Amino acid sequence: MAWTKNLLRVNLEAGTCTTEPLNLQWAQDYLGQRGLATKYLVSEIDPKVDPFSPKNKLIFVTGPLTGTMAATGGRYSVVTKGPLTGAIACSNSGGYFGAELKFAGWDMVIFEGASPKPVYLLITDGKAELVDAAHLWGKTVWETEELIKAHHQDPQIRVASIGRAGENRVLYAAIVNDLHRAAGRSGVGAVMGSKNLKAVAVRGTRTDAYHLADPDAFFAATEAGKKVLAANGVTGQGLPTYGTQVLMNVINELGALPTRNHREVQFEGAMAIGGEAMHEKRATDGKANLVTNGACFGCTIACGRISRMDPGHFSVKDKPQYHGASGGVEYEAAWALGAANGVNDLEALTYANFLCNEDGFDPITFGATVGAAMELYEMGVLTEQEVGFKLPFGSTEGMVKLAELTAKGEGFGKVMGLGSKRLCTKYGHPELSMTVKSQEFPAYDGRALQGMGLAYATNNRGACHLRGYMVSPEVLGIPVKMEPQATEGKPAMLKAFQDLTAVVDSAGICLFTTFAWGLQDIQPQIQAACEGDWSEERLLLVGERIWNLEREFNLAAGFTAKDDNLPPRLMKEPAQTGPQKGAVSKLDVMLPEYYQLRGWTPEGVPTAETRSRLGV
Amino acid sequence: MQKSLHLDPNKCTGCLQCEMACAWENYRSFTVAKSRIKVFSFHHEGRFVPYTCTQCDEAWCMTACPVDAIRLDTVTGAKIVLEPTCVGCKVCTIACPFGTINYVAQTGKVQKCDLCGGEPACARACPTGAITYVDADWTGLGKMRQWAGKTDTNPATV
Repeated sequence: MAWTKNLLRVNLEAGTCTTEPLNLQWAQDYLGQRGLATKYLVSEIDPKVDPFSPKNKLIFVTGPLTGTMAATGGRYSVVTKGPLTGAIACSNSGGYFGAELKFAGWDMVIFEGASPKPVYLLITDGKAELVDAAHLWGKTVWETEELIKAHHQDPQIRVASIGRAGENRVLYAAIVNDLHRAAGRSGVGAVMGSKNLKAVAVRGTRTDAYHLADPDAFFAATEAGKKVLAANGVTGQGLPTYGTQVLMNVINELGALPTRNHREVQFEGAMAIGGEAMHEKRATDGKANLVTNGACFGCTIACGRISRMDPGHFSVKDKPQYHGASGGVEYEAAWALGAANGVNDLEALTYANFLCNEDGFDPITFGATVGAAMELYEMGVLTEQEVGFKLPFGSTEGMVKLAELTAKGEGFGKVMGLGSKRLCTKYGHPELSMTVKSQEFPAYDGRALQGMGLAYATNNRGACHLRGYMVSPEVLGIPVKMEPQATEGKPAMLKAFQDLTAVVDSAGICLFTTFAWGLQDIQPQIQAACEGDWSEERLLLVGERIWNLEREFNLAAGFTAKDDNLPPRLMKEPAQTGPQKGAVSKLDVMLPEYYQLRGWTPEGVPTAETRSRLGV
Repeated sequence: MQKSLHLDPNKCTGCLQCEMACAWENYRSFTVAKSRIKVFSFHHEGRFVPYTCTQCDEAWCMTACPVDAIRLDTVTGAKIVLEPTCVGCKVCTIACPFGTINYVAQTGKVQKCDLCGGEPACARACPTGAITYVDADWTGLGKMRQWAGKTDTNPATV
């Protein structure tokens, strides 16, 4: 079995840490990570609870493949009720933290209540204690990691922490581990801040933490999996060379790159901020923005971008702390900080991205919120007086200043910290917020790619690209080519992707493997690691069960079919340029079919039959 | 032919597959804290560097050991710790200039890379070719070849 079979329950109010056996029946039904933690959360909190109430819980969780040689087997998730959306939030991260938690002997940590004063949790193998964090409050993620390692005189401790954004309850605050890997979306960092929990620090050295059901079969399956990844064009070449940034020019040429708050679908500055540009030597100092690619734990793809800024760039000229290498812009961040608001300065994007890592906030929601603010500014609704400076589309200085203010929670940054839905509503134009369930879209236009539009609308955690990545069939032709504007077959393909993604997220591996891996590659690895029979059919059923459980939580929290929607801009304003010119979202055609395929009523509620089939 | 581990930091991505392979080989566990090869991350330089025992011919650990617990494997050239003999005095860890022999509190003995008896698990697991197992007499061959490729001795172009 690849579970440690132990969970740690931390009551922040009482200051206690207790060990509990993992519910193994639930592990058989929900596998691990996203699925298993969702089951715990749904069973333990009231769906209507205020996300910042001490009654909300925060769960750090690993999967059965986390901490194994399975390629990309280093993932962990954070599950809670999200403050940005009010829906179930599950945010997934790589780096080395998740594996370390496993090596310490834990499958998950459940935080409940709120601490009366700032604390951090220190886990050393089977021992866990809450430590006073008064001296860390107000510190950035980068400072916090360093201080914790120095204090315990152990550079090998792995840390997941919040920065000032989480402390200040920026609604899209992230939890950052290993300096630049983040559980980035849905505001899980703000919930951590609301609990006065600054960090989780782990050192794991146990060799008996878990064991594999069939080691020989496991090695054979993981070896085969690694070969498939290495031989694939996307995971073997594209991602290692350009990272996710390989997509920038591809998506732009396809007319699916949302630009200036989704007013347009192509960005004239895309070439300057994409993967190729990161490789080019700068005119200023002759060096490239990209230093190297880097891997997360166990990852044989290594798509991570490690970048170094031009030290002479206006944003960092007098700030040597940003002159070293660190996590560089990935595609979603480059899009949000760049195209979404018309900024084409790669160095400025890198700086803003550093700030997002350093103080822990989601660059997708932040960048998209900048785009919305710029549109309000151009309409004259937001004034220079209100913001404190000029903020037209394309203002590099404006974007950079907003990033600094949001990180610190100062001035107009306080409003920015609410996200675009609340910003646009505050200024009387809620329709200009490019969100679903109050969470901002990532870097694909839902008009230009019909399947992605449907994926956004139906996602349980609000708009997001990681739960049914229809870009694969609609752009890359994986596993089959589907025309971007077609609607036929899309609901069925999306459902299959959503269920498969739930399995991948619950296993402890990275979604990017699915560019190359099908279920037939993943199943043998799970089968060999975990006790029990994990056939492909059963895994897909587990995925569907997870999706429906999340749905049930949202319905109980007050969401309805009306929330499976897209902003009017995507439904009514046709794409003006590019191959998808004239396109609007055909969500109304696809959604009823999707509900039917899911076994839901026309009101989007799982039928009694579906509920009993899935045992939800 | 004797072989050596060849470590190329320029190819390392920090995935730790080598550390897991080492831990599995020796402890039947993926716990990287137990690995005898270690990947260091120099974050501000954007560099990942794998590091382990170089198997010195005149091994200081072996020379310093007061109980002769470190022996030469004449086939592989590895310096091997004889666990039953080791008393955990840690003198070898002081003697080693590279820090690649270490005390293990769990066992009360020291541990170091033993080249897995001639089939190093780390080299096998490395996905990028940053760790290879090459002819010990030609550990510089790759670097040599790289420089040779830059040489232009064609008189017509000089």
